Amino acid sequence: MSGYFDIPSDLQNTWAGLIGLHLREALLPVLAGLVLALPLAQLCVRFRWLYPPVLGVTTVLYAVPSLAFFVVLIDYTGQTELTVMIPLAVYSLVVLVPAIVDGVRSVPQETLAAATAMGFGPVRRYLQVQLPIAVPALVAGLRVATVSSISLVSVGALIGNQGALGNLLAAAQKYDRPELAVNSVVTTAVLAIACDAALVGLRLLLTPWMPRGTATRRPAVVK
Amino acid sequence: MNVLNFVDAFFSDSAHWHGYDGIPRRLLEHVQYSLLALGLAAAIGLPVGLLTGHTGRGGNVLAFLATAARALPSFGLLVLIAIALGFNLLPVMIPLVVLAVPPILVTTYEAVRSVDPAPVDAARGMGMRESRVLFQVELPVALPLILSGLRSAAIQIVSTATIAAYVSLGGLGRYIVDGLYQRDYEKVVGGATLVAVLALTTLALFWAAGRFAVSPGVRRR
Amino acid sequence: MTFTARSSRSRTRHTGAAAVALAAAAALLAGCSSDGTDDGDDPLAGEKAEAGTVVVGSNNFAESTLLADLYGEALRAKGVKVTYKHNIGSRETTYGLMKNGSVTVLPEYNGSLLAYLDAKAEQKSADAVDEAVKAKLDKSLTLLDSSPAENKDSVSVNAATAKKYELTESSTLADLKDIAPDLVIGGSPEFQTRQQGLKGLESVYGLKFKSFKALDAGGPLTQAALAKNTVQAADIFTTDPAIDKEGFVVLKDPENFFGFANVTPLVREGDLSEKAVAALNAVSAKLDTETLRDLDSQVQTDKKDPLDVAKAWLQSEGLI
Repeated sequence: MSGYFDIPSDLQNTWAGLIGLHLREALLPVLAGLVLALPLAQLCVRFRWLYPPVLGVTTVLYAVPSLAFFVVLIDYTGQTELTVMIPLAVYSLVVLVPAIVDGVRSVPQETLAAATAMGFGPVRRYLQVQLPIAVPALVAGLRVATVSSISLVSVGALIGNQGALGNLLAAAQKYDRPELAVNSVVTTAVLAIACDAALVGLRLLLTPWMPRGTATRRPAVVK
Repeated sequence: MNVLNFVDAFFSDSAHWHGYDGIPRRLLEHVQYSLLALGLAAAIGLPVGLLTGHTGRGGNVLAFLATAARALPSFGLLVLIAIALGFNLLPVMIPLVVLAVPPILVTTYEAVRSVDPAPVDAARGMGMRESRVLFQVELPVALPLILSGLRSAAIQIVSTATIAAYVSLGGLGRYIVDGLYQRDYEKVVGGATLVAVLALTTLALFWAAGRFAVSPGVRRR
Repeated sequence: MTFTARSSRSRTRHTGAAAVALAAAAALLAGCSSDGTDDGDDPLAGEKAEAGTVVVGSNNFAESTLLADLYGEALRAKGVKVTYKHNIGSRETTYGLMKNGSVTVLPEYNGSLLAYLDAKAEQKSADAVDEAVKAKLDKSLTLLDSSPAENKDSVSVNAATAKKYELTESSTLADLKDIAPDLVIGGSPEFQTRQQGLKGLESVYGLKFKSFKALDAGGPLTQAALAKNTVQAADIFTTDPAIDKEGFVVLKDPENFFGFANVTPLVREGDLSEKAVAALNAVSAKLDTETLRDLDSQVQTDKKDPLDVAKAWLQSEGLI
């Protein structure tokens, strides 16, 4: 009982199971954040006065430490995955809204005028012109949100076995088995890098017009 | 609004205002951890970012390193290093610095690289040495963006420094972790409020620093 | 990005919109999660116990996991459907989950539970403690038979401190009175506010320590901090293998401040069959302090898996 992959029985999961759980707990919130961020960002683009207050509120939410967020939610959602996923969705939302707004706003006026002249209605123009052009900025935001989400799931270990791979960290302390912590950190990092690479691949697929091998000019710094 | 009640109860309890577990002491610890981590991260990120941005080389290596550093989970790193090295400041500093270096590094690199080449060439034409080009032309122009990178790093540090409490150190995270185990929501909400306020104060400080340090000519752009 | 400066003007007016968005986020996530967790074999997903299934919980320290495994496997051997909910947290949390029915069986320590339910209760004998606990418990809960196995909290000092202040095996907590202001004491975060913690140490023995350092519930953090003299005194469990290994000195407790701490299952009786109750009582009856210490050391020192240790012992005792 001292191997890197000997998962203690109280985690009730295999290493592969923990990976699957970790991905679900990390990626579902990013997806939820995206689904919410798209309309919210569109509202912010449509009504310019809405953007500053939305950014203000989301900045305050982002400043709330994840652990505190988890603990406060326990009262409402219990010690479940949901308690971990809600804060992560909020963090994703915070990262994605400015990324989408800036991306959509960066679409040149002439392009929009051309689309209108071709008879595109506002919905079609948004879906077929603005959104595709905003893809690089959107993906940059998704990369930050995804990587930080994968990292933050581990903190869920503190609220009672809800941290997927992070539970290995708690077990490493409880049973004084450092190799479990190594496993947790390395696996989490590899997952993050793999998801990041997948998103870069997605961007290349979605933006065939962009020159290959050159990063977007927009630095992936949000907030 | 029971959350507001918790906040009120937490801050009006006089026991929370003095002693080793009092708000002033925990706040000071938190600020100390944060400043130290930001200082270390800036000491790594700024020079490397300025140099690579100035020469325009190593961008891909930087992007790779930044991605790798971002991928490392802060909480995992904290626990791992704490188990390996014991309970001093090091297990807290390493994850915080790893967290803060990528935004500083990448933003500084991008900021210097995206400076308009015309004034840079003009400066060279005037016979400025490379170091003067960097510090007197590129740096002032890039400063707003560099500050935004530092700001982003600082806020992440302030918010993440709470995890120090998990390995028995102090800081505002103490209230959150203790509150969790003591089932004391006053403490959790009070601690979270303090962290959020500290983060917003940090934002305000960076805004003020930007007003003070960025030259008016650059700011107008 | 200088949005915060600009946003402050109108932030308050639009907080409502953000709240709506947040509520929508929560609702949406709730949808996502139930979609994703329908597969039923996920032990972490369900909050409410399924009918007919016994949920055995444990607190966040190694012995609690071991005890939960002992009781859970004994139930399983009698054909009871068992799921585990391990590492929940401190008693402050687990008691709430017992009350709302998320957990059916939890290994407890009778006196510690009494101190949690009623800080002022006197603890004269193990049986009296059990009766007092039962009187105070939520009406859906009860205690089963207490085991002779006992694992108390204790204040222990490390070897260096014992030497410096001439404390021995026969020293008591009262002897700490003049020394305490020089000592840093460590314990779980909840030790800070519990009656069987800093509060009681001050009111019963008049001990005022220099400061308190929040560690874990008698786990590796506490052991390491005490061994490395980060703290000079700590809340250590009396069955802890580290006491012998590190030469910690356990201070005597003449006022019986830490009371009784016999391993006792806390259960939701309505959710257990008679057969299940009998199986749990059989485990308690066979367990004694020496056995518990040995099983603990197999887990904590020999790094064996608690479930394997539990099964092996149950088998050797003919309980499964």
